[in-house]
Amino acid sequence: MTSLRGFRRFAPGTQPAHLHPPYVSSIKRAPTKPLVVIPHTLSEITGPVFGREHIDLKAFDLTKQHSGEPLGERIVVTGRVIDEDGKPVPHTLVEIWQCNAAGRYQHRVDQHDAPLDPNFTGCGHTLTDSEGRYRFVTIRPGAYPWRNHANAWRPAHVHFSVFGSAFATRLVTQMYFPGDALIPFDPIFNCTADETARHRLISHFDWKATVPDHALGFQFDLVLAGRDATPWEPPRLGGR
Amino acid sequence: MSFQPTPSQTVGPFFSIGCDRLKTTEQMESGVAGEHIEIRGRVIDGDGVPVPDAMLELWQANGVGKYAHPEDPQDKHIDANFRGFGRVSTGADGEFRVLTTKPGAVPGPDGKPQAPHIAVSVFMRGLLRRLVTRIYFPHTPANDDDFVLNFVEPGRRGTLIAKVAGKDNKFEWNVILQGENETVFFDIGL
Repeated sequence: MTSLRGFRRFAPGTQPAHLHPPYVSSIKRAPTKPLVVIPHTLSEITGPVFGREHIDLKAFDLTKQHSGEPLGERIVVTGRVIDEDGKPVPHTLVEIWQCNAAGRYQHRVDQHDAPLDPNFTGCGHTLTDSEGRYRFVTIRPGAYPWRNHANAWRPAHVHFSVFGSAFATRLVTQMYFPGDALIPFDPIFNCTADETARHRLISHFDWKATVPDHALGFQFDLVLAGRDATPWEPPRLGGR
Repeated sequence: MSFQPTPSQTVGPFFSIGCDRLKTTEQMESGVAGEHIEIRGRVIDGDGVPVPDAMLELWQANGVGKYAHPEDPQDKHIDANFRGFGRVSTGADGEFRVLTTKPGAVPGPDGKPQAPHIAVSVFMRGLLRRLVTRIYFPHTPANDDDFVLNFVEPGRRGTLIAKVAGKDNKFEWNVILQGENETVFFDIGL
């Protein structure tokens, strides 16, 4: 019980800071005191495990949740969940949620003056396969205005939630679409300082994932923290 | 070959569309061993205003201190009816409520047991990354010697320790996002 291999910390700038004033909601919600750095213990290297019994096997298809077909452009969103070393993260839960093609969420708080679609709820989930692959069928979400600043619009995006193998690898993020003119102006997209890291959030158009005569395909890989090469060693007695 | 991890993004205000399915106030099915407890609290922002759109995820060991996870090497009993995961969201007054079993002690990296605790992730609109914290329990001598609590300056440790809130194992624990009594949040990477 002495040598636990934790997960790697990210390089500076490759994850957002908690406080990012251009994203106004962060100002009153981001912590103001420094975070307390702790090594990973058994509590962080373990995490919830979900199996087929916890999921609805049909929930990968957001276009088949109602009696009719949702409006909008049908798309396939597929990719792999891997770690920093490129190792697949198998059998992990991936959840998504999004607005409809008109840019409206099926949510009581969303007051955007755009129509709801009775045939689209906008949520799905699935487990990755043994090679870390996942696949959703959905509708391309619309852009929508928000109140962050004057004439603010969110680029089209799909929210992703992934667990990975441990409490330490939990990730919630958003996927964007290539060529979206709103991306460079979005304070949420821009919250990550490192440009290469930020561009990991933009999916790629993918012919291989398209379904002829049915849906265009987009590829979006999610990379979770990788394992530390060496176990953490407790400090020598009297060291702390 | 090394890949850079995907950056985190906020859950935004509409996460309940996708996340409600796993929401559970009652983390246990019937017959779970251990002390049944209730934890209530509120999430409060920098203006002292309750946060009505936060989501908390809890991860904990069972009553004997065993995680339902393949990397827990301990030879302890796994409870088939206790997965150890909970997800709750706050209501209009920023309040949440969790019913669970009190976790047993799990080993710490220094070889000593950690004091019983629940690992917590906090998500909400305005948070570009989750906040990571822990719930500890009051009147627990093991807290004084806890590996993780000892990384925290003594004056702030109290923010991680739930308060007794009535008989029958009821506790109160709040998430204060900013200010004098700001909850201690941990840096564990993401």
